[in-house]
Amino acid sequence: MKLLDARGLSCPEPVIMIRKAMASKENAYQIIVDNPTSRENVTRYAEHQGYHVTYTEKEGEYTLSINK
Amino acid sequence: MKKEKLTIIIAGCIIGVIASLLVLFGNPTNMGYCIACFLRDTAGALGLHRAEAVQYIRPEIIGLVLGSFILASVKKEFLPRGGSSPLTRFVLGFFVMIGCLMFLGCPFRMILRLAGGDLNAVFGFLGFFVGILAGIFFLNKGYSLKRTYKMPVVEGGLFAGIQVAFLVLLIAAPSFIFFTAADGGPGAKHAAIAISLIAGLIVGALAQRTRLCMVGGIRDAVLFREWKLLLGFLAILISALVCNVILTAATPGVYFKLGFAEQAIAHTDGLWNFLGMVLAGFGCVLLGGCPLRQLVLAGEGNADSAITVIGMMIGAAFAHNFGLASSGNGPTFNGKVAVIIGIVVVAMIASLNTFRRSEK
Repeated sequence: MKLLDARGLSCPEPVIMIRKAMASKENAYQIIVDNPTSRENVTRYAEHQGYHVTYTEKEGEYTLSINK
Repeated sequence: MKKEKLTIIIAGCIIGVIASLLVLFGNPTNMGYCIACFLRDTAGALGLHRAEAVQYIRPEIIGLVLGSFILASVKKEFLPRGGSSPLTRFVLGFFVMIGCLMFLGCPFRMILRLAGGDLNAVFGFLGFFVGILAGIFFLNKGYSLKRTYKMPVVEGGLFAGIQVAFLVLLIAAPSFIFFTAADGGPGAKHAAIAISLIAGLIVGALAQRTRLCMVGGIRDAVLFREWKLLLGFLAILISALVCNVILTAATPGVYFKLGFAEQAIAHTDGLWNFLGMVLAGFGCVLLGGCPLRQLVLAGEGNADSAITVIGMMIGAAFAHNFGLASSGNGPTFNGKVAVIIGIVVVAMIASLNTFRRSEK
């Protein structure tokens, strides 16, 4: 499991982060973002890559769990 | 995710129709919306430049920001943020405006010019695409303006407050606000205040909801093979085109005229239409969004985007104070120099924020 911190970053940076991380082809990632647009964009990208995405929200920060 | 695509297509169609109708109601031709032109007009009304033909506080801008602000507040997406290289963003906003005023339109108006049959915008589009590719090159190499931080509510809401002040100034029309005289140029052409304001509010809300962005569409398609935003871009083009053709057939006015010559508020210098939009596209990718998106983000409480918009307004003021803006007669020498300087500065900002990461 790889953990990425994309808090404070706006798109497309969080998506580029997850894309680069996915080059290592792991089965599970976690990424923290702090705005709904990034949450949507990372989710969309990961789903297109064949991953399943769930998230939890805490005080405006979203932790996305990305699994094969 | 299919619902998301359908939503942005419907939103794009509504926006295209509204843009076309705004011209019917009095806006300049192919200028239902032009964020660059409208910020320039507002800067002129405030006396920041004295080009008498382009001075009017555009209610569309006020509506876009407030529409985004209201919907974001309702949806609990109003997030006061800032602190991600604000001065760099100011400079980028400044030069994006210089590029837009070389071409005579922001990316939004570029689409509307295409929808009005103005083929000069094809050169603009090609330049825009090249500029976006340049930005993507740096994004892939690690370009970043670093993170934002949470800000107080006042910081996030202040820009919306400024728009309310602009609305008061527009309606009260005190003598120190400049308005283009009737028949005095594009600044005199506008829909009624209420119509423009409502049109702005609707599009601001739709753009907030769908994350619509002219730059993001092409950027995401190239970077991630992700087509959602590009669908919005295409929906606006097609719906405005269809609406323009219908209006041309149904009314005495001309809303669609295919060709290069004698297009409204446009010039035929292909090279400089191209280079102007290279600068705009490049700068917008580095900013993370087109001028419309910056207004929407500013409404959502992003102080960095607010600073970007202020940079654009100051850029517009410089453009008209120093003869950098093009006119229907073509680009100016000063404008060409400014665009070249702009491309160099933007490339330097891109490089310095990409290849100097060791301090981290």
